[in-house]
Amino acid sequence: MIDLDDTDRALIRALSEDATLSAGALGRRFGLSQPAAWRRVRRLREAGVFRGHRLDLDAQALGFGVTVFLGIRLATKGRTSLGDFERAVQAIPEVQTVEHVLGMYDYRLRVVARDIPDFERVLRRRIMTLPGVGSVDANVLLSEERRPGPLGA
Amino acid sequence: MLDDTDRRILRQYQAAPETGLQDLADRCGMTATTLGRRLDRLRARGILRATRGVIDWQVLGYSVEVSLRVTLDKSVPRAFEDFVDAAREVPEVLEIQTLLGQVDVRLSVIARDLAHYQALYRDRILALPHMTDIEALMHVARLKGDETLPI
Repeated sequence: MIDLDDTDRALIRALSEDATLSAGALGRRFGLSQPAAWRRVRRLREAGVFRGHRLDLDAQALGFGVTVFLGIRLATKGRTSLGDFERAVQAIPEVQTVEHVLGMYDYRLRVVARDIPDFERVLRRRIMTLPGVGSVDANVLLSEERRPGPLGA
Repeated sequence: MLDDTDRRILRQYQAAPETGLQDLADRCGMTATTLGRRLDRLRARGILRATRGVIDWQVLGYSVEVSLRVTLDKSVPRAFEDFVDAAREVPEVLEIQTLLGQVDVRLSVIARDLAHYQALYRDRILALPHMTDIEALMHVARLKGDETLPI
């Protein structure tokens, strides 16, 4: 596990909000020289602190008015059916995230659609036809807030 | 609305969000100046809010991730507001989503290990107001998590 001081944590938080900030801009914000900020950021990136970047897009403005969380239980649980299901579900463009979970479901999906009829189409034609699907529960997203996480701010 | 060029830019940028401006311009078949102008306009219109770094909490020592599905007491008028306000005070809560369906709110919570999770659950989560039911999904693996939109 990587050792972090308060400046590292502040840098991680700043980059999690805007990954395009330059070493110069980060240095000015946190009282570091540009090379010092660059060295710290490189160390964090090399340690794998960031999985990658993500575009934060206004889904509504882009015509995706509906986000639904699906909880899926598989009907059959052989090793092949798991693999078939996982491959097929990841290939659906409307499926944004696929998480394997333990609890009352086997998988948790985040699905976007243009509107409710479009969601119904995705659900019937793409989700319900996945290999091995048993039951599907749906919860429609009303609002969402992402928090900075335990970075000791 | 967006034109085809904007859509092409967002598709290419979503497919490779770590790409620098020049590389992205090459992928989109335009100059970096044109791309920069287009991106500025998408930002100004609020369509591209930000390019965010996605933190790998495992690398920071948080090996447990749990999805908590909460049902609230709807007879209390401010149940949602009170609950969400209190959940914001727990640093280990990464996401707060309000939902329409069998559950009312979902929290994504991380912990260093199971002992830490147990302490968090008892001391902070169960102390949140107006809960009538709570159930947990333990995260095993993330198979797809890029959250791209099919533009």
